Amino acid sequence: MKVLVSCKRVVDYNVKVRVKADGSGVDLSNVKMSMNPFDEIALEEALRLKEAGLATEVVVVSAGPAQAAETIRSGLAMGADRGIHIRQDAPLEPLAVAKLLKALVLSEAPDIVLMGKQAIDDDFNQTGQMLAGLLGWGQATFASQVSLSGRSVTVVREVDGGLQRVETRLPVVITADLRLNEPRYASLPNIMKAKKKPIDETTAEQLGVDVSPRLTVIETREPASRKAGVTVSSVAELVSRLKAETGALT
Amino acid sequence: MTTLLIADVKDGALLDTTRRALSCALQIGGPVHLLVVGKSESALAAASRLRVEKIIHASKVDEKSADETFAALVLELAKDYDALVGSGSSLAKGVLPRVAAALDVMQISDVTRVIGGKRFERPIYAGNALQVLESRDAKLVITVRTSTFEPAGEAQSPPAIEMCDWEETQPRTVMLEEMRSQSERPDLAAAKVIVSGGRGLQSSANFNQYIGPVADQLRAAIGASRAAVDAGYAPNDWQVGQTGKVVAPELYIAVGISGAIQHLAGMKDSKVIVAINKDDEAPIFQVADYGLVADLFKAMPELKTELAK
Repeated sequence: MKVLVSCKRVVDYNVKVRVKADGSGVDLSNVKMSMNPFDEIALEEALRLKEAGLATEVVVVSAGPAQAAETIRSGLAMGADRGIHIRQDAPLEPLAVAKLLKALVLSEAPDIVLMGKQAIDDDFNQTGQMLAGLLGWGQATFASQVSLSGRSVTVVREVDGGLQRVETRLPVVITADLRLNEPRYASLPNIMKAKKKPIDETTAEQLGVDVSPRLTVIETREPASRKAGVTVSSVAELVSRLKAETGALT
Repeated sequence: MTTLLIADVKDGALLDTTRRALSCALQIGGPVHLLVVGKSESALAAASRLRVEKIIHASKVDEKSADETFAALVLELAKDYDALVGSGSSLAKGVLPRVAAALDVMQISDVTRVIGGKRFERPIYAGNALQVLESRDAKLVITVRTSTFEPAGEAQSPPAIEMCDWEETQPRTVMLEEMRSQSERPDLAAAKVIVSGGRGLQSSANFNQYIGPVADQLRAAIGASRAAVDAGYAPNDWQVGQTGKVVAPELYIAVGISGAIQHLAGMKDSKVIVAINKDDEAPIFQVADYGLVADLFKAMPELKTELAK
């Protein structure tokens, strides 16, 4: 059984992003980029399925510019078997990525597609659901536990107010939430080995997918910043000022 | 221009998120129709008081149906609408992108402001930037960041109710069980007051002992920072922040929380923020309206007493 994992190259989790002065977008020059943390969790889950003998091959896919190959390479260093790089220099919207992945799914024929629940740059939270919809597959979003038994899959989902256990059958698209697992670090020998693993390159044209954007970005700006307020000296002062100055305690 | 809004129904009750999403839907312009699923009379009665033109009642679809089932129902109805809107609930997040893809539409998620026409504002990078987007698609598919919209007012006269007989015969995905976090307290997303604890609490026992009584006194929901959740002091669904819940209550009391970017992203739109922390350099004080530099283990029992006066 083959598992396809989709990974996005995004601004690193620890970077405080800055909006460009002309409002045209977020400044990405000289900023550290990494694999989207939720995608990393998805990849870890795929690797665990393989190590448990439930999956035979893990293929890592990324759509993006030349540097997206680095993201794929880091996925190979974690333990994926091979990579597919969909070369695309202009930014891609989730709908376009879902269409590209659909084209790959039709040729690669995986039983499970795993990816993060959302990318931490655009925060859209759409690609997995869109892919499942386009393929007519079942979906299990916000997964915090995945159990596989034959063609049946049980997933614990993180939903409003608690957890939910759902059962579906293969093929399925699963999106990873934060607590699904803790991704491993790539070891040095595995980083060396990853250099020899194959990465196939393809393009939207070759896959026959129209990726033209549907949304126009009119403006990007900083949110209104909040000013620091007053320091109170005691709990009594805090409560009396909250009562006198705000309606929050009524 | 007619909009279809998907109602959030849970345990037979219509959730407050629906009224907030309705405010956004009304701003798009044109009449709003509300899709209500399930057999609950009380959800239907609550829906009938809302400012919508019509209710589409799909009584044969259970509120616990899988995303695929909901998506198929919404797709069945979609042709009559120019815009499809849902709240930021797990239901809408799961269902609407699936619907959007089937309609060949790029969804706009987490709308915080309706600019007009097909322009909307939404946060990116966990709220560290805001983006105004314009859709070029024929239909709009939108989810709403409900904490930024006030609940819509009630209607003068009840809307018409149209029955929808659609039903799923062979669902591919079924729900086996729900594991709710047991709590008598209000839901984080709907609470007017939230008392949140961080790593400063040092244990889950301290969470109960120091956060619990103040939260009870204020009839507040309890939140937690990611650090506190990761340390096992609080359950995951209490987490407020970039990777947890985004909240905007009337009053947010941050206790023993340093104020990492990831936490601030989840609570900085609260109306009044109070921070209690013994470290006067903690970044949380930069966003707090009222800061108290104090040992929380002394301050919290005092706060309980003061509030009871």
